[in-house]
Amino acid sequence: MSHAALAAPSRRRAGDGGDRLFAGLCLGAGILVLLLLGAIILTLFIGGLPAFRAFGAGFLWSTAWSPVEGREQYGALVPIFGTVVSAVLAILVAVPLAFGVAFFLTELAPPWLRRPVGTAIELLAAIPSIIYGMWGLFVLVPLVQQYIQLTIGDTLGAIPLVGFLFASNSFAGTSLFSAALVLAIMILPFIAATMRDVFGQVPAVYKESAYGLGCTRWEVMRNVVLPYTRVSVVGGIMLGLGRALGETMAVTFVIGNANRLPTSLFDPSTTIASIVAMEFPESLMGSLKQSSLLALGFLLFVISFIVLAISRLLLRSRLKG
Amino acid sequence: MSTTTLPALSPVKDPAVAASLGRRRKRLDALLRWFCIGATALALLFLASILLTLILRGLEGLHWTTFTREFQPTTYGDPEAPTGGLLHAIIGSLIQTAIATAVGTPIGLLVGTYLAEYARGSLLGNAVRFVSDVLLSAPSILIGLFIYQLVVLPMGGFSGIAGALALAIIVIPVVVRTTEDMLQLLPNTLREAVVGLGAPKWKMITLVAYRAALPGIVTGILLAVARIAGETAPLLLTSFGNSVLSTDLARSMSSLPIAIYQQANSGFPDLIAIAWAGALIVTAGVLVLNIVARFAVRPRG
Repeated sequence: MSHAALAAPSRRRAGDGGDRLFAGLCLGAGILVLLLLGAIILTLFIGGLPAFRAFGAGFLWSTAWSPVEGREQYGALVPIFGTVVSAVLAILVAVPLAFGVAFFLTELAPPWLRRPVGTAIELLAAIPSIIYGMWGLFVLVPLVQQYIQLTIGDTLGAIPLVGFLFASNSFAGTSLFSAALVLAIMILPFIAATMRDVFGQVPAVYKESAYGLGCTRWEVMRNVVLPYTRVSVVGGIMLGLGRALGETMAVTFVIGNANRLPTSLFDPSTTIASIVAMEFPESLMGSLKQSSLLALGFLLFVISFIVLAISRLLLRSRLKG
Repeated sequence: MSTTTLPALSPVKDPAVAASLGRRRKRLDALLRWFCIGATALALLFLASILLTLILRGLEGLHWTTFTREFQPTTYGDPEAPTGGLLHAIIGSLIQTAIATAVGTPIGLLVGTYLAEYARGSLLGNAVRFVSDVLLSAPSILIGLFIYQLVVLPMGGFSGIAGALALAIIVIPVVVRTTEDMLQLLPNTLREAVVGLGAPKWKMITLVAYRAALPGIVTGILLAVARIAGETAPLLLTSFGNSVLSTDLARSMSSLPIAIYQQANSGFPDLIAIAWAGALIVTAGVLVLNIVARFAVRPRG
């Protein structure tokens, strides 16, 4: 009895020490993650500083990319344009498809089919980026080159005013269009998974009420499910957009890596991520070119941070309740 | 009063109109159904095409020498020359993935524990969760640039350790997410029971909570390994790749994705065949890890 009473205080003190240590470790690791993000932003900014200094704000809208010594000139417009356009095009293709997949998985598919199909779609998200790149280059690009580009160029290219968007002098097949297509396939599972999860969270009573009134499946989706999940659906789309903006290897394989402003969907182009992947390993340490690439990296970080932050805020409101 | 407005509001009174409206609604519904089935079929077709291409072309390039030899220049035009393999890349990938997992997992575990056990709802906790979520989807090539500035520049050259560190940063948010989710699934009564027995909180977490959440935590680690096993972009700027077998962490080191990237873009059919073999190895590994991770977590629902 007295023994236990004597032991208790010292035991508690020992526990307190362990508690303080463990809590400190956990807190420290948490703060480390915060510092990590800060350090990434700061490092990219400091690395890009010489380029920002040399070219000023003009860096943002210059299309120059000339590594000739003494007359070096670098601008960010072409990669930024390629990044944004390829990502937006990818979203335009991926969102309807992802919606279709999510709707199929939550409402249409028989229960025995949901799990295998859902798993297959998730595996699509697990395939590494470089595999998409190889598949894109050796399977998709020849298809685009031989069938899609000529067909679209001959038909839509004849439309006055906007026809130039579809007609290109480049017939390699590696183009903005191919990049957008590969990106669309890559982000489809992410958007579909988010949509499926939030569709599944709609209270069954709401849907049953609508079905009870005689609504068709599409009407239930259109008037009950979509309004209920709107915020999260947009969040899922932003998540896909964030992924598409920063995707590197797959795009590098199929975009053609040409540093000039594309006028057509089928022109080769470049993105921030792919120009960094292509040119950074070969650039001289501390050169202005390296600094320009770091500056581009900083811009990409800012763009994707904003998109991903919006996505998180939108998704949190529903998912975490 | 309302009888004056009702006929205008309900054309349904007219059987012909009602029937045509019903047909239109049904047709729209059927159209949407076919669109959704088509979209799902298309997504599955993409997956099938990728896997089929990998298997067909990968098996063509796969040979036992793939696992026993290092990189060799192309045999194009010289059938006598020895074909190369991917031994240097496989070893390099294993080393970097192992170090990255060993470094990233404990940090991720601690952060996840902080979020689930200590920071519930606090401002700092929300900030950490938010930043971790952003890092989860942040462009991996920027992590490569970050490590380049932080490690490669001071060391004066590309190195295996730089590659491993870049991958470790990618591991952290994956482990954080699954650890936090799994710990939050545990019933509070479990925690109360342990603390009620007089155990300090840290023992409650390490001896009981971790054990209860183990399948989930293992899933997170497997998913993280699967994720970094296929990462290419950050390695391009950190460990750069090497055409010979090297286990020296202070020098440039090859990895499967980098070897695939370099040989796929070489333009020589025999090197491209080896790249396909590598692609098959990587994808098989990644998909197996994913499927195992899914099964590991299934009993918990």
